[in-house]
Amino acid sequence: MCDTCGCNITHANQHLVKPGGKLSRVEDGREAVTVLKNLLSENDHVAGHNREHFDRHGVLAINLMSSPGSGKTALLEASVELLKDKFRIAVIEGDLETENDADRIRARGVPAIQISTGSACHLDAHMVHDALHELSLDGLDIIFIENVGNLVCPASFDLGQHHNVTLLSTTEGDDKPAKYPVMFRAADLMLLTKADLLAVLDDFDPAKAETCLRNLANPAPVIALSAKTGDGLQDWVNWLEQAVSAQQDRIKTGTTRRPAIQPDGAQLHAHG
Amino acid sequence: MHEFAVCQDMLQQIEAIAAREQATAVDVVTVRIGPLSGIEAHLLIQAFPLAAAGTVAEQAELVVEALPIKVKCQLCGAETEAKPNRLICGQCGDYHTQLLSGDEMLLASLELLKEPLEAIHV
Repeated sequence: MCDTCGCNITHANQHLVKPGGKLSRVEDGREAVTVLKNLLSENDHVAGHNREHFDRHGVLAINLMSSPGSGKTALLEASVELLKDKFRIAVIEGDLETENDADRIRARGVPAIQISTGSACHLDAHMVHDALHELSLDGLDIIFIENVGNLVCPASFDLGQHHNVTLLSTTEGDDKPAKYPVMFRAADLMLLTKADLLAVLDDFDPAKAETCLRNLANPAPVIALSAKTGDGLQDWVNWLEQAVSAQQDRIKTGTTRRPAIQPDGAQLHAHG
Repeated sequence: MHEFAVCQDMLQQIEAIAAREQATAVDVVTVRIGPLSGIEAHLLIQAFPLAAAGTVAEQAELVVEALPIKVKCQLCGAETEAKPNRLICGQCGDYHTQLLSGDEMLLASLELLKEPLEAIHV
């Protein structure tokens, strides 16, 4: 390839050499390199490694995302009670500070690793990788990763999970998917939590929450439930059982699953 | 505000490419960002010099190319522009659409310096 006849100009980099493009002012000692890789490819590389690790042990990994206080830990506590006779479970907890959530899970007899992110507003694949060093995956069926409570940042970081489950509590308002489209677009399942409060909240319409989700072109199922009363939990358990069984089928065929929306899905339609 | 973390991850990639190409410095970093990537261009531009300090891209200019949101309807086939929280078909209104553009967060290209800076400005 040379800089003389133009053989170094490809479809992907030709915009660089057009007048005004980056390479149009190329001088000696200066060179343009076309990359076209995800900004987070270092993170994605580790996430892929985590996913292989889960798959090798036949574990289903679920990333729980929501705003703080929407009931992720309460849901896990209730889920553990319903699932512990059938599945072996572990939990990775992400919070800025404290071991509180991990303690709540351990009190139910389930191993839990707490990641304290300090000031970081999300978990990334490196943090999950480090946490996995402290946890034996042997014999596990499901690992729940409870992300930092935040409806913005966690959506951008692949952790190696198979599914994203996004919680929307009834006290937050039914238009949250319209306000936080990046997060809700990434959901493989949306859970409307604290559904017991619907009786007293006349301004939360579950149908409207679902419409907001569909407006994001997201066909994900929606389940309304209450970890407190137990209403709707069976639908969630059924979804999990199907997901575990699908994961076991994938292990047999040597395939894997990524959440429906991945940030680096962008690479598939990168424009030259 | 995770743009700083995004910059740090991106800089690992940039440093690896600069080392591979034996560049002495990175002059221009061009990224392509769609509104559905979860990254705000102006926050990325603010965070970049902080994250780049002490790296080979310390003096680099970050150029952000903003991409539009476009969807293709799987029902009627129309390709239309859309808003971040309204990704339905602009033609028939169905929600079974495929995103053609809008969630990109790509490191598009780097402009590298292969000589000491002084040599360029002679």
